[in-house]
Amino acid sequence: MADGIEADIKVMSVLAAPKARGLSLWAMLGRRLALGLVLLWAVSLVIFAGTQILPGDVATAMLGQQATPEAVASIRQELGLEQPAAVRYVKWLGGAVTGDFGRSYSNRQDIAKSIAPRLKNTLLLAAMAAVIAVPLSIGLGILSALHAGSWIDRTIGLVTLSAVSLPEFFAGYLLIAYFSVTHFWLPSSATVSDGMSLGQRFVVTLLPCLTLVLAVVGHMMRMTRVALLNVMASPYIETALLKGLPWSRIVWKHALPNAVSPIVNVVALNLAYLVVGVVVVEVIFVYPGMGQYLVDHVAKRDVPVVQAAGLVFAAIYILLNIVADMISVIANPRLRHPR
Amino acid sequence: MSRLPPLTPMAVIGLLGASAFVLLAAFAPWLAPHPVSDVVGGVWDPPSANALLGTDNIGRDLFSRLVWGARVTFVIAALSTAIAFLLGVLLGFYAAVRGGWIDQVLSRLNDLMMAIPTLIFALVVLAVLPKTMVVLVLVMATLEATRVFRVSRAIAADLVVLDYVEVARLRGESWRWVILREILPNALSPLLAELGLRFAFAILFLSTLSFLGLGVQPPIADWGSLVKENKDGLLFGVFAALIPGAAIAILVICINLVVDWMLQKTTSLKGTRRNG
Amino acid sequence: MAELLLNVTDLEIKAGATVIVDKVSFTLEKGRVLGLIGESGAGKSTIGLASLGHARQGLRITGGRAELNGRDILKPARRDARLLAGASVTYVAQSAAAAFNPAHRLIDQVIEATLWHRLMPRAEATERAKALFALLGLPDPAHFGDRYPHQASGGQLQRAMTAMALCPNPELIVFDEPTTALDVTTQIDVLAAIKHAISKTGTAALYISHDLAVVAQVADEILVLRNGRMVERGPVEQIFRAPEEDYTKRLVSLRRAEKPSQARGGDVLLRVSGIKAGYARGVSILDDVSLDLVRGETLAVVGESGSGKSTLARVITGLLPAWSGQLQFDGTVLAPALSARNAETHRNIQIVNQIPDLALNPRQTVEAILSRPLAFYFGLKGPALRQRVATLLDQIELPSTLRDRYPAELSGGQKQRVCIARALAADPKLIICDEPTSALDPLVADGILDLLMRLQREAGTSYLFITHDLAIVRSIADSVVVMLGGKVVRSGGKADVLAPPFDPYTERLIASVPEMRPGWLDDAIAGRNRSETPKP
Repeated sequence: MADGIEADIKVMSVLAAPKARGLSLWAMLGRRLALGLVLLWAVSLVIFAGTQILPGDVATAMLGQQATPEAVASIRQELGLEQPAAVRYVKWLGGAVTGDFGRSYSNRQDIAKSIAPRLKNTLLLAAMAAVIAVPLSIGLGILSALHAGSWIDRTIGLVTLSAVSLPEFFAGYLLIAYFSVTHFWLPSSATVSDGMSLGQRFVVTLLPCLTLVLAVVGHMMRMTRVALLNVMASPYIETALLKGLPWSRIVWKHALPNAVSPIVNVVALNLAYLVVGVVVVEVIFVYPGMGQYLVDHVAKRDVPVVQAAGLVFAAIYILLNIVADMISVIANPRLRHPR
Repeated sequence: MSRLPPLTPMAVIGLLGASAFVLLAAFAPWLAPHPVSDVVGGVWDPPSANALLGTDNIGRDLFSRLVWGARVTFVIAALSTAIAFLLGVLLGFYAAVRGGWIDQVLSRLNDLMMAIPTLIFALVVLAVLPKTMVVLVLVMATLEATRVFRVSRAIAADLVVLDYVEVARLRGESWRWVILREILPNALSPLLAELGLRFAFAILFLSTLSFLGLGVQPPIADWGSLVKENKDGLLFGVFAALIPGAAIAILVICINLVVDWMLQKTTSLKGTRRNG
Repeated sequence: MAELLLNVTDLEIKAGATVIVDKVSFTLEKGRVLGLIGESGAGKSTIGLASLGHARQGLRITGGRAELNGRDILKPARRDARLLAGASVTYVAQSAAAAFNPAHRLIDQVIEATLWHRLMPRAEATERAKALFALLGLPDPAHFGDRYPHQASGGQLQRAMTAMALCPNPELIVFDEPTTALDVTTQIDVLAAIKHAISKTGTAALYISHDLAVVAQVADEILVLRNGRMVERGPVEQIFRAPEEDYTKRLVSLRRAEKPSQARGGDVLLRVSGIKAGYARGVSILDDVSLDLVRGETLAVVGESGSGKSTLARVITGLLPAWSGQLQFDGTVLAPALSARNAETHRNIQIVNQIPDLALNPRQTVEAILSRPLAFYFGLKGPALRQRVATLLDQIELPSTLRDRYPAELSGGQKQRVCIARALAADPKLIICDEPTSALDPLVADGILDLLMRLQREAGTSYLFITHDLAIVRSIADSVVVMLGGKVVRSGGKADVLAPPFDPYTERLIASVPEMRPGWLDDAIAGRNRSETPKP
């Protein structure tokens, strides 16, 4: 699933406070961080509300229509459903802030304890994919922009367009079909355990990692290309050209410094997406991470787990966006050197 | 003027491919050799004259299921995209034209919705809602509407400050006139490209949900469901799951080719500067 | 005869199949300044860039030769390439604000080409840059270069870019409309600085402008271009004294006409009293602005960018409700907000905008554009509507064959005429003209002004005419209001406002408007030094 990330470029426009002029750099960064935290709080409200939109109540939804009244009553009591929603929300948020998400309805386990190792796995997988995807897509993006209109640009464009269009599950199974089924080179399921060495882990997670790379490389490359092309169309590039400077110096000295801020933004947005794209990939490769955990419990209608996992995903997404926003503030000379 | 750029070979391929899929879905009853849930052979039979693409996990004709599945995928994706556009464009234009606190409230609410990743939001909501087609369409439409809102508000906000829109407001024209006569005609071509993008995204999104088992529920099957049904065959060397996956990929590539072609002019506009 | 520096012969440049520059030939001697003058589409910038061996995207140099000191510029030999653009020929752009890289300090950009072409060591280049900053009158020359572009004003950046062009000690500098984007009072200083620097360093220059009055102050010779072709070439004095071609004659005699100031009196149509307004809370753009517009007259509101003159128009139209103060129109008090005014008021106040391209809906034909106000205000339809549209087209001197055209199929002047017709269609009492000619070429602008004057004589419409151009004020206004920083600094009948005794700002403004004669700049600077006018 290739999300329409282009549309999300300014997801955090809440953070880009309009009347930020005249503030010092630190004040501006602090302001963005504060606004980000406010946003995170609002998102927690939305996620909580999202699980309350059923006209009936959660207990019936969780158990299904043929549940006995006693079972419904017991789960209502366990979830504290007789209390008003506002009270439950405050309790839930209070717990979440202190790392207590309560217990899963389906297996009675402490949710926070279940999340911790899975979150680690997910972040590891995402990080591994990022290490490959970021340099690759920035490199391709720059290459493409510098040869805009040439066959290199068109070829890269076509390949990445195809990559963007592949559903993750198709890309994943394609890789499995080739590397696991036809050739037996790599395992088709990414079973990781604590005792594994780093090398073993690497081999096992290589396929899911490649699938993720395929999923984000197209967007990241295309957005990098556009960011650089926008800079290359600026009048100051023509000035540099008229100074008789060679192409390489114009790109390195005049274009790239101004493209850093938009490219960093692109990278952070795509990393945020990576963390989410991981959901499907984990299901494909039966990888014990947050995504699989979330999907399993959505199927079981295990509301406490879904709320917790949803909040964690949203928090990572928002945090990465805040980081992107802060880096682009720092990279902007106008903001770094105020009048 | 904002006519479409001249056709490129890639755009022709995209247009032809996408139309082929539309025809496939439209003429499903005539094109599918078997009823959608009839068992016509063994489990995961190889392709034969009876089953062009082989059979699925319980012996149904994969080709027929693919053709019928195209309908489900198209209808849900098209409906949700249509609702998303109606909602997103109207509210987006309204916010841009009115400005002030109306714009602030709508935009901030929209930002809030967009701050949660689409898939995560859908999963949270689908954990409690019944997984019917109507719910699926509405959930997808709502989530897509946030993206459409952002894009159309941005387009309209650029147009609203133009002098001809101000002249219309000075004349005393109603909001309806300003939106329908002054803004909409000038926003059509970027919106058309966005429509293509959103439709492609809707197809991918629906397939993903169905693949995860949270989208279209049996006995109805869309392309994503077909992947889910047949994925276990992969480990036995049966590539049935790859066929619907490929169908999704090809369709989305075709749509993206068309969108790329439509967007060509918008980017090249940036190159033109002053004359003299 | 001085030594030949630049020799351009039969230069031809195309965009696709369209000829942009058509067999242009000229020469330039060392240390001389050649002015390239022409309206938009004349090909002057394209020729300027070709002198650096550069063609913008989409353009191709398809024929002719250009040599600098005998070296081919268009197809430079490998060993010459480094010695041309950036070293022997340099460039000053119209918008220095956009032409400087926001990521680097000014000094590094100013000396970059000099260092890259190994013309002098860094220390020497830096010293030279500082000396040039001083020569061009930039503040604190020793440290000015430490600034980033966004830390300097538009006028300062334009001088800094001139310093950047002078730094490698080039043989030729191409100035591409270097003062066009500036206010007149800034323009005169930058112009004087450029002229001073050129004469001190002895470099040759191509000076490109659409404004003959400006070029005449700097150039030794003038080349008049039109639609990519050469019209006339000659020394400045000769061009002004005895222009040969008809086109040149019209350019030279532009805006000589002056409307006689009409008798005062009559009833007041629009009274603006004590208006305070702004966009952001607490930051007022207009501060206690008052003025009277007499029925049937033209009131010119003069000011530079930031004076608040366009904001005043938005307040009067109701697009920007004032914070305080009162608007009286035709005897009644106007509601501050547009939405609170009635249809009759909407109809009676019409506007003509600065840029006709933005003022016409690109998806409506001329007919649709003109029909709407007629249908909206008067309920006209059918043959009566068509008849009225035809009359309007006739009034603005456009053939009725244009009625089915879209704005993109019209020229700039035609578009502005359609805008005027649209305002006229409402049969208003007041038309607010917001710089209606400043985006047009001089001759076209003149036609628009004539049209507006004629329509006023015929229909008795009142104009509130916003402009930065005192020459226009002279030729069309009855009364004048001078604005500075959101305040009215001077107002009254035209004859009074434009005659001494002046307030300091109006004096400076009047002294800064280029006059259509060679030697004006020298006189103006000399005059200023004599009187030592205090700056506001």
